[in-house]
Amino acid sequence: MRRVMTLYRSSVGKKIMMALSGLILFGFVVGHMLGNLKAFESWDGVGPHPLDTYGQFLREFGYPLIPEYGLLWGVRIALLVAVGVHILAAVQLWSQSRSARPDRYRKEKSQVFSYASRTMRWGGVIVAAFVVYHILHFTTGTVHPDFEYGSVYENLVIGFQNPLVSGFYVLAVGALCLHLYHGLWSVFSTLGVQNPRVDRIRRPLAAVISAGLFVGFAVVPVAVLAGILTLG
Amino acid sequence: MKLKLHVWRQSGPRSKGDFETYDVEDVSPSMSFLDLLDLVNERILLDGGEPIAFEHDCREGICGSCGMMVNGVAHGPEKLITACQLHMRSFSDGDEIWVEPWRARSFPIMKDLVVDRSAFDRIIEAGGYVSIRTGSAPDANAVPVPKPDADRAFDAAACIGCGACVAACPNASAMLFTAAKVAHLSYLPQGQAERLERAASMITVHDEEGFGNCTNHGACQEVCPKGISVDYISRLNRDVFRATLAGVGVGRD
Amino acid sequence: MQLDAKIPAGPIDKKWENHQFDMNLVNPANKRKYKVIVVGTGLAGGAGAATMGELGYDVHCFTFHDSPRRAHSIAAQGGINAAKNYQGDGDSIYRLFYDTVKGGDFRSREANVHRLAELSVNIIDQAVAQGVPFAREYGGLLANRSFGGAQVSRTFYARGQTGQQLLLGCYQALERQVAEGRVKMYNRHEMLDVIVIDGKARGIVTRHLVSGKIEAHMADAVVLGTGGYSNVFFLSTNAKGCNVTATWRATKRGAGFANPCFTQIHPTCIPQSGDYQSKLTLMSESLRNDGRIWVPRKAGDDRPAHQIPDDERDYYLERLYPSFGNLTPRDIASRRAKEMVDAGHGVGPMKNGVFLDFRDAIQRLGKETVEERYGNLFQMYDKITGEDPYQVPMRIYPAPHYTMGGLWVDYDLMTTVPGLFAIGEANFSDHGANRLGASALMQGLADGYFIIPLTIGNYLADGPRGGVDENHPAARDAVREVKETQDRLLSINGSRSVDSFHIELGRVMWNHCGMSRTESGLREALQKIPEIREQFWSDVRVPGSGDDLNQSLEKAGRVADFLEFAEVMCWDALTRDESCGAHYREEHTTDEGEAKRNDEAFSHGAVWEFNGVGQEPTRHEEPLTFENVPLSQRSYK
Repeated sequence: MRRVMTLYRSSVGKKIMMALSGLILFGFVVGHMLGNLKAFESWDGVGPHPLDTYGQFLREFGYPLIPEYGLLWGVRIALLVAVGVHILAAVQLWSQSRSARPDRYRKEKSQVFSYASRTMRWGGVIVAAFVVYHILHFTTGTVHPDFEYGSVYENLVIGFQNPLVSGFYVLAVGALCLHLYHGLWSVFSTLGVQNPRVDRIRRPLAAVISAGLFVGFAVVPVAVLAGILTLG
Repeated sequence: MKLKLHVWRQSGPRSKGDFETYDVEDVSPSMSFLDLLDLVNERILLDGGEPIAFEHDCREGICGSCGMMVNGVAHGPEKLITACQLHMRSFSDGDEIWVEPWRARSFPIMKDLVVDRSAFDRIIEAGGYVSIRTGSAPDANAVPVPKPDADRAFDAAACIGCGACVAACPNASAMLFTAAKVAHLSYLPQGQAERLERAASMITVHDEEGFGNCTNHGACQEVCPKGISVDYISRLNRDVFRATLAGVGVGRD
Repeated sequence: MQLDAKIPAGPIDKKWENHQFDMNLVNPANKRKYKVIVVGTGLAGGAGAATMGELGYDVHCFTFHDSPRRAHSIAAQGGINAAKNYQGDGDSIYRLFYDTVKGGDFRSREANVHRLAELSVNIIDQAVAQGVPFAREYGGLLANRSFGGAQVSRTFYARGQTGQQLLLGCYQALERQVAEGRVKMYNRHEMLDVIVIDGKARGIVTRHLVSGKIEAHMADAVVLGTGGYSNVFFLSTNAKGCNVTATWRATKRGAGFANPCFTQIHPTCIPQSGDYQSKLTLMSESLRNDGRIWVPRKAGDDRPAHQIPDDERDYYLERLYPSFGNLTPRDIASRRAKEMVDAGHGVGPMKNGVFLDFRDAIQRLGKETVEERYGNLFQMYDKITGEDPYQVPMRIYPAPHYTMGGLWVDYDLMTTVPGLFAIGEANFSDHGANRLGASALMQGLADGYFIIPLTIGNYLADGPRGGVDENHPAARDAVREVKETQDRLLSINGSRSVDSFHIELGRVMWNHCGMSRTESGLREALQKIPEIREQFWSDVRVPGSGDDLNQSLEKAGRVADFLEFAEVMCWDALTRDESCGAHYREEHTTDEGEAKRNDEAFSHGAVWEFNGVGQEPTRHEEPLTFENVPLSQRSYK
């Protein structure tokens, strides 16, 4: 642990923590997207929707070996820790950078690689705000017009039938994927994955993965609005 | 050519600076950018003013002395050159040119365009060498070095310590500079013995000097006059990580 | 002035070995009690400071740059010679020694040159161990090339940046000693005087270039590794900061200055493009391996190169030197180019160059091979001139590049002032009247890593140890004099810039004491230089104050010294009434127009003693004997 702390004290250490926590969150995002796609699974209109069944499976996973909600809370705690580390490191790195250049350039032409890299910080803030909304929307139902606990599919369809909400979701997911694009290939660099073959495909790979995620997420609200996913 | 030059003038480290404007006529396209500054200085001098202070020496892109932001880009608009290798044919008649010093907390401005880059020396001091006693070396051909390794080491060793990487980095990080030296020695058998300690101790001093961190923006690589790749930063990260696993302390207790 | 070279006895190949045994040693426990000042952090100064620190001396190292890594050694392109014989092509220490003495046109000291050749092999070992990334072959062993017309491949190189890589190795070694507290670095400190007490060098006076503080630093010995003086010509390939101040102030304090007229002109530089130009750029000599040098046969021919048919081109080097052709030594190639331009055959917008044409090489080898060999040089040329050498021939012209002359030193590299040492280009020792390609780096590092750290002990073992401080009258006087000079410069407030005087001096020196020299020209220069100097001191404008960063003031001090030093250079060129190596007196040529030595009268090093500004200096001689390399005439026909 002491080693981890000394490592964390250096800027490279913070970056490594950032990358590791980012990887955990990335894993969750991938799983989340795959879960969402259950919305498209065939459903006879009566009985629980496969998405609801999936939700139940998550709640009851491993029962009775582990208590109900065990996995769910385990994952939630891990995610919370990851988010915490990710944000803490981001804030510390940001303040280190700020103090490294107290006096800004009067004329500056950015030389950075991409739009994505330039928007990491604000993009991150937007994603964080979205996540809060998203939890209040679909997890606790606090801001949902007609929330019913356990009816994941119904909640989803009703939620997305509002074009404003759907539009906001698509935009937010876009921001998330932009964040992931820069984050993903940065992870290779930060964790020191170095191999001439990997180096070359780092960026394209990151682009393909984040584009795939975007499509995977955006397709759900779009399908609701298009009337493909209905309340049955 | 006729040009309008806005140059950052600042009389000392603690004084406030501002742009001053100079109209320059008779600029020849085959002049170098520093020839242009010489010309402006000659006129300032004869008009009773104090010439613009700027650092320069070899004027062929190898000593690393010169460096300034030209229109917001470190070393100016052309790739893979230093300010002294920038020629006026890269500009056109009537252009306005803004010239600013490198800006970073670790590079305090001393006067006009001159900054103090001694933090770089202190990073090297922290371990950017092989501890070999003069006269004790084995025969130069005793240890063969595969050519690809030697070439990669050279690519990293080409760094001239000009500071453009820091100047261009949105975080004012000196990670490319530090990584170039760590990578140079890490590719060679001679550099292995102290490899992990070197990475750990150089990064510690890098942070202590007040440079920012790397967020993989790549601006450093874009402006580096020697084309040093950000991939070396990745190698540095790995060595720092490995140093931690090996129990070599990063940072100071 | 006593000139005792103190050459050790014994056969040439045993002298250094014997001397190492005979030298006095300083007890390791006592070394830290000796304070040594090193001025300059190039290959010689940096290596010397690092190694002396490592041995335990209390080293204080000064540079006027912002970092030791900026020293001009960094700009050396070609390579470094060493008698490793890794190529198995018959090289040996003796052959390197022989080539260097002969290449220097028999005006160097045999014993020193042999030691240099011996040490050359250690340098490569040292550099490789430091992590200098020399070029390698696919088998992983070091690569070599033949350089500057040498008959063996003994040059080690790191692309076109050998000097940079060697200097960085040296800089790293120095920083290691700084970290260990054995070397104290003084960046941005310019040395402005030597403090001599009881006939011995005991310190220096420096000005801190940012705060303007002028102060004395005392020591038990002072080592100057302050480089050469090519910038006396204003336009040269040297960095803008290179100057003669340190060595000249030493001369004014009693150190003899040897062979100042031995200055090397490099044949392949990019010609000047306008009057505003401040600096000339060197293109590696290796270009002459495949490029063909020519000028239009007809003077004043304005046609673009490709419109001039072959029979109207004069490939003059191939015509005059059928066997060496475009690869004749530097001095000859340079002189012939000047003759062509002077006769009106010059090319380019200012008619000040000759063509170096790769048309035939591209046809013969293909563009790819040419690109592989010279790609980076072509690119550099294109960046500077805006012309593509694959399409139009390059234009080249000779430019001042290196100075063989320097402070006279004995075998221990000590000047005529005890306790004052000079190493690297700052001394005169090893290159005679002409330096061979890739030998400068070798000499700087041999002096710094392997010679001075030992010979300084020989002096210190029974030399000064402490006893004087900054309040000693001699130190205070020296500080006061430096301040007075500075105040004088700042108070003239005339109408001309420092550069304008430097340019004027440079022009006189180039015209009369440059590539070829005549008695009448040198006499004219000797008349003009004092006039310029006088004007300088009455009409120069140095703005600002002495209390902060003032680059005009820095330049003014250096140009003031050039204005005094230039005279000694001309005296030397005038009194050396022969041609040898790079010193070419038009009065002394063979029937074919080559340099003609006069060994009976001039087989010696000429050492100048300062007698006051504007006074004719006194010429002393160190006779040279050649027991191991028989005297012969160079021939490149």
